[in-house]
Amino acid sequence: MTELTRLTIAEARDALASKKASATELTNAYLSNMEKARPLNAYVVETPEQARDMAKASDARLAKGEAGALEGIPLGIKDLFATKGVHTQACSHVLDGFKPPYESTVTANLYRDGAVMLGKLNMDEFAMGSSNETSYYGNVINPWRRKGSNAALVPGGSSGGSAAAVAAELCAGATATDTGGSIRQPAAFTGTVGIKPTYGRCSRWGVIAFASSLDQAGPIARDVRDAAILLKSMASVDAKDTTSVDIPVPDYEKALTGDIRGLRVGIPKEYRPDGISAEISRLWDQGAEWLKKRGAEVVEVSLPHTKYALPAYYIVAPAEASSNLARYDGVRYGLRVDGDDITSLYENSRAEGFGREVKRRIMIGTYVLSAGYYDAYYVKAQKIRTLIKRDFDEAWKKVDVILTPATPSPAFAPGEITDPVQMYLNDIFTVTVNMAGLPGIAVPAGLSADGLPLGLQLIGKPFDEETLFRVAHVMEQDAGFTARADKWW
Amino acid sequence: MNSMTRIADRKQWIKGATGDWEIVIGLEVHAQVTSQSKLFSGASAGYGGEPNDHVSLVDAAMPGMLPVINRFCVEQAVRTGLGLKAEIHKRSVFDRKNYFYPDLPQGYQISQYKQPVVGEGEVLLDLPEGQVKVGIERLHLEQDAGKSIHDQHPSMSYVDLNRSGVALMEIVSKPDMRSADEAKAYVTKLRTILRYLGTCDGNMDEGSLRADVNVSVRRPGEAFGTRCEIKNVNSIRFMGQAIEYEARRQIGILEDGGKIDQETRLFDARKVETRSMRSKEEAHDYRYFPDPDLLPLELDDAWIDAIKASLPELPDEKKARFVRDYGLSAYDADVLIAERETAAFFETIAKGRDGKLAANWVINELFGRLNKEGKSIADSPISADQLGAVVDLVAEGTISGKIAKDLFEIIWNEGGDPRAVVEARGMRQVTDTGAIEKAVDAIIAANPEKVQQAIAKPTMLGWFVGQVMKETGGKANPQAVNDLLKTKLGIA
Repeated sequence: MTELTRLTIAEARDALASKKASATELTNAYLSNMEKARPLNAYVVETPEQARDMAKASDARLAKGEAGALEGIPLGIKDLFATKGVHTQACSHVLDGFKPPYESTVTANLYRDGAVMLGKLNMDEFAMGSSNETSYYGNVINPWRRKGSNAALVPGGSSGGSAAAVAAELCAGATATDTGGSIRQPAAFTGTVGIKPTYGRCSRWGVIAFASSLDQAGPIARDVRDAAILLKSMASVDAKDTTSVDIPVPDYEKALTGDIRGLRVGIPKEYRPDGISAEISRLWDQGAEWLKKRGAEVVEVSLPHTKYALPAYYIVAPAEASSNLARYDGVRYGLRVDGDDITSLYENSRAEGFGREVKRRIMIGTYVLSAGYYDAYYVKAQKIRTLIKRDFDEAWKKVDVILTPATPSPAFAPGEITDPVQMYLNDIFTVTVNMAGLPGIAVPAGLSADGLPLGLQLIGKPFDEETLFRVAHVMEQDAGFTARADKWW
Repeated sequence: MNSMTRIADRKQWIKGATGDWEIVIGLEVHAQVTSQSKLFSGASAGYGGEPNDHVSLVDAAMPGMLPVINRFCVEQAVRTGLGLKAEIHKRSVFDRKNYFYPDLPQGYQISQYKQPVVGEGEVLLDLPEGQVKVGIERLHLEQDAGKSIHDQHPSMSYVDLNRSGVALMEIVSKPDMRSADEAKAYVTKLRTILRYLGTCDGNMDEGSLRADVNVSVRRPGEAFGTRCEIKNVNSIRFMGQAIEYEARRQIGILEDGGKIDQETRLFDARKVETRSMRSKEEAHDYRYFPDPDLLPLELDDAWIDAIKASLPELPDEKKARFVRDYGLSAYDADVLIAERETAAFFETIAKGRDGKLAANWVINELFGRLNKEGKSIADSPISADQLGAVVDLVAEGTISGKIAKDLFEIIWNEGGDPRAVVEARGMRQVTDTGAIEKAVDAIIAANPEKVQQAIAKPTMLGWFVGQVMKETGGKANPQAVNDLLKTKLGIA
């Protein structure tokens, strides 16, 4: 039965449709994988009973010929998504015991199409982190290891649980979110495909907010086709999120034509910083070469404000976070640590409830919004954001898609990076995309000398996820990335 | 007149030990928007209810919840802006005002800081000294907070979120008022305008209308002094008291050689005094920034024009029309337009009748009686139609003015159709010239000497009129009596 979990979503869909397997069998296969893979710590909560109930309902619909687009497909849900009656804590202590009486729009969309929820996936606390080391529920271990080494590696973050679970076949696909690279970096670290769609493509309703103007939900999947299938179901305009956009959701799978002739691919010269690893640099050139051979035109573009993106991001995101996280005060839900008065109740609850990285960002955010600093930091960062958007607008006059590395390095070891700024540099190639609200996809493109997955990133025009999927699909074919993590667990 | 330089009428100056002082007042009025649901959620915005009955997931700031702007609340703000002859900003922005308080679940209030929906406008005050124009600085939309309840448990406080997220309009005036009376007139007028527009019920008892008062003093015409903000002023009367107290407190300090500290003060209605709440140094740093959950609010001209076209006649216009069309005095018109309902009551009566006569009856008889019994126009036992009939009976000469007051009493207490009551109770004045003529002839025949005197001195006619009225029990039409006597006595 474990062979069932080898199937991609597209394959599983066919197997279910042709009655070669049942949704219940598929779900049980994943539940059994999950049980064995607990050392990876990818799930913070497993929901086997609910999963089996949902699978049973899927089987009934399959039998009646009423299958939805994701009928019976078992998925892992990042702990940032509100799931009705089920643990939803953004992997923070401050939300202890919180089980929302509501379901996020994205997960509700997935259920509407027949998806099965296997459980809640580990992540960095409040999606703040690039290694999944800030989770209150402990690290997630990357299923991948360096060649010849038994040392644990991080899966990236913040969607580390999602990426690890997909790579280790603990779910057919996973929901994730991306504020500065939290889908694409972990996807790159685990040899999976992750797409952050255009800001406004998926509803943020019911997704615990980190930085509202940057947060976007998206899938992590085994391949480009699966990512296309998942995003189709996740995306929707939503009256409950006025920043969601009313543009019809196309059938992304149809975009996978394999034909990219005449497409113009931009290579931004600013994305080759001094000290970029030769390995990454080579892979990037290789990616451009593949696309050229398929008939695309590769041209250099300039995104001159790139170097300001990361500092500006680390002003805007913490600023919004400092305000978004003010509601975790111990008064209405989650952790309450009593005190002598209301101020000490706040202080005690928040001091104990938030981890170090979250506190750091709340402090940074509070500082940059303070009287006397607001103009120097927040306002300036917003201006940079406008300039970054403008850079891309200029580039779109010349190219249809932009190719960059996804991360500056392959996965690293837990505890290896202790300097927060060094950790923030993981997002160097991904944050610009969030700052500009654009779609970006990470595709596995090769292995490092150590045998670890490396990813490339494609950046698209607003709401042009179809082109991203089309190009990513071609690159995936040419990269021929078939390596899998050895099952050491 | 420029707000910086407007100097109050001398009569309003305050005599200090060292000379005259002038009060400068600006007001921030929080008016609850009349709407079914809250500013950013679908929960009821209704008053009352059990604690935490009107609370949605958004109002309780549950994780992952997002605000969605209530279009009707925006419409109400725009309507109010138009009513205040103010500039409507086609693009405005919602900001977060960050602070911690248990009745503020989000940890921030959504408000409008740098780009409010409504800009500068004005309110005209008609005061005995003349007209005063108070500038409106801005009007913005914001969320109300919930309520902390401290008196229900020995060691804990309770929180009621029913009001959390209810839409408020903060209407900020310029520092254009120069006395407590002007400030009171301003709030009264503003409330009248809001009620006309139907955008706020203006009920201060229920907290639908609250004012923060900025008070400073200066030597007449000189630069503004340092101001203090007084909070917790929840009636117009208290506002007057708070201003008077605060002005004298500040003058006392200045005359003793001290200086005023800019601070927030609380009004204690029981002790009739203000006391320090927090100093400028203790003021919160609210860390305002644009709310990333909400796109900037963009309004189009057609929508604004449609609201403009739907505006009711406003108090100033109605007053001008009452003066022009019904020949009322400015004072009478002012009294009648104070409430939309009384103005409508008056107009029902005045239409097709003598406006002045109608105004007299409404103001003197009806309002007098309503006030005496503490009733509002809505509870009036006499309807506009009934009072109109009384006015008709007087105007057409069926009853005299004196009898009409008796009739008013009867209708007030017993109801009924005034005309029928007059018939049934024989209150009709005698206009039958035959009957009056008989009485006139009798009096003339019985008083030949008086006739001679009257012919020589026409003012003597009054004596004859009095005799005839006596003879007819007061029911003879005085005009008819007059006319007949003149004819009979040959007086021109």
